[in-house]
Amino acid sequence: MRLTGAQIVVECLKKEGVKVIFGIPGGVIMPLYDVLYSETSIKHILTRHEQGAAHAADGYARATGKVGVCMATSGPGATNLVTGLANAHLDSIPLVAFTGQVSTSLIGTDAFQEVDISGITLPITKNNYVVRDVRDLARIIQEAFYIARTGRPGPVLIDLPKDIQLAQTEFKYPESISLNSYKPTFSGNVKQIKAAVQEIKNAKKPVIYAGGGVISSNASSELRDLALKANIPVTTTLMGLGSFPETHTLSLGMLGMHGTAYANYAISDADLIIALGVRFDDRITGKLDEFALKAKIIHIDIDPAEVGKNTLVNIPIIGDIKNILEKLNKYVLKKKETEWLNTIKDFKRKYPLKYINNEELKPQYIMETINKIAKDNTIIVTSVGQHQMWAAMHYQYTEPRSFISSGGLGTMGYGFPAAIGAKMGCPEKTVICISGDGSFQMNQQEIATAMNNNLAITVIIMNNGYLGMVRQWQELFFNKRYSETTLNGNPDFVKLVEAYGGTGIRVNKKQELYPALERAISLNRFVLIDCLIPKEENVFPMVAPGSPISKMIGVE
Amino acid sequence: MRHTIAVLVKDYPGVLARVASLFTRRGFNIESLAVGHTEETGISRMTIVVKGDERVLEQITKQLNKLIDVIRVKDISPQNSVERELALIKVNTNSLPARSEIIQTVDIFRANIIDVNSQIVTIETTGTEDKINALIELLRPFGLKEVVRTGKIALSRGSGTTSGLKKQAG
Repeated sequence: MRLTGAQIVVECLKKEGVKVIFGIPGGVIMPLYDVLYSETSIKHILTRHEQGAAHAADGYARATGKVGVCMATSGPGATNLVTGLANAHLDSIPLVAFTGQVSTSLIGTDAFQEVDISGITLPITKNNYVVRDVRDLARIIQEAFYIARTGRPGPVLIDLPKDIQLAQTEFKYPESISLNSYKPTFSGNVKQIKAAVQEIKNAKKPVIYAGGGVISSNASSELRDLALKANIPVTTTLMGLGSFPETHTLSLGMLGMHGTAYANYAISDADLIIALGVRFDDRITGKLDEFALKAKIIHIDIDPAEVGKNTLVNIPIIGDIKNILEKLNKYVLKKKETEWLNTIKDFKRKYPLKYINNEELKPQYIMETINKIAKDNTIIVTSVGQHQMWAAMHYQYTEPRSFISSGGLGTMGYGFPAAIGAKMGCPEKTVICISGDGSFQMNQQEIATAMNNNLAITVIIMNNGYLGMVRQWQELFFNKRYSETTLNGNPDFVKLVEAYGGTGIRVNKKQELYPALERAISLNRFVLIDCLIPKEENVFPMVAPGSPISKMIGVE
Repeated sequence: MRHTIAVLVKDYPGVLARVASLFTRRGFNIESLAVGHTEETGISRMTIVVKGDERVLEQITKQLNKLIDVIRVKDISPQNSVERELALIKVNTNSLPARSEIIQTVDIFRANIIDVNSQIVTIETTGTEDKINALIELLRPFGLKEVVRTGKIALSRGSGTTSGLKKQAG
């Protein structure tokens, strides 16, 4: 079958099972959009900014576990994807991004809307391709999807020159992938697994430290089996929220800079840390030289480069976490409740997660209220800042993929377009986007996308008129000099959403919250709730940058 | 501590940029870099000399292995390998005594004169880095006009090879 490059792209997308694409057309990617025009099995969601398309594809991937796909034209279209690609790269999210490129004969001439997007995205993609021969196209697309979703997942970019989209060739989808230079290790070394079993047996104070890798390898039930069988408490990173039910007595909640006091104390006191799909990021370890000094470390990860990158590891096990935990769980001995669990209970009783719950509309109270109303099939999506931390701390996540947030890159403006992607991927679920007034304005143009696709998303703005997290740092570490963190000139968010034809609700008082939330969820359409929260509320506990994580502000 | 790393890569456009970009981004310093084709079509070999302790070397190796176009990475220790570098050295020869002294030096080092006129000679030499450094230092007093060096290339001793083995990476 002879097809054009543009037709080959669409045929390959169908072979990969792609149902939804997020993007914006433009000059040199028009041949591809022309094919999409008559394609019924793939839905294209037109966003209002390419950054929105990249984040939506990312949110789609996190909610569904499938590869997210986004598309943009050359030049500014492509550069607008960059933040979204970096975001997916740091959080290991599988994406395939297609960009238009000027015709091969014009590459390198500074042609109209030409940028070297392959060069620009080198350090923020798992791999990228410039297609120079239409005969390579099908193989490249197949490789891109394979690379994006296997091993440590990540974004892959394919740059498509205009003449390649128009050129014809015989289409044949390769039957198998042969990549001699890419063979991720899948099963863990049995010797190492047995060594880990021995350490778990000997440990008096073990803690599981679980991250995003548990979610991306779909290993939540294996994690649960391990924790319950050997009675090991579990703390998760921001990326790992939902990988272990926070309602369980073994759950310690989140650790690190804004972790619970009992998680940070537990990890500091532990004699064995079982690290699953984590990076020992600075937001987790605090002062690295003083992190978990008493503990031996078992590190299970699919990426060998993460092992020993920041800390010395006693037992590294490289491979897929689900696969490794299945084996590990067979050998791990059952353990009864130990003295250690009593110590943990003590930590929890002495240093609970708390805030001053007065008559004001506190952000923590907002999250607790949502937690009461939300059904099991709810996805919470956040942007970045104080609201993100309150959403992480004051809501109990029980299912993997129920919390979606920008972890590594910390991208303000991520939440709302990611919520659009999550809702497209899981239309049967309730999607609630928690945002700050600062974050929301970084991608608020996507209200049009939500409206245009009748997406029943509830956006909750925790509105304090500040770039709140920066202001909190200014308050604590810069002598309350609030340099450029006051958001004067904010719009009336209720009127803003009404201008797009959506429903806006303002919540000034605590008692208005519950009815507003119930109404929003029952309306089954796009609703924005503008919550006016106390302007200078802080996120506590907090570990000051450079401090060990056992030293927290806001814990007595 | 200096290490010599052999990196087998697919011979695609942009591979050098990928490797170089990785070194810059992760803050690893390249002392020298030599690239060329191998015995196998479509595969190039980079020989990279880097400075760093064992931990840095381990990270470099792991990060290089993660690049999709990288087929294999191997640390080639000097004890178990042969290594060579080539240099071209252009030297002033204003006076006759200078010229004959230069020719003697070139002979001692088993180097070759590959271009000559009344003002200069150009010398070609191959050897270890130390040998080339020594030759350059001896020629320096005559007035070095220009020096170019290829950077080190290396092969492991005996029948062991770097090619033909599959890598593992995440």
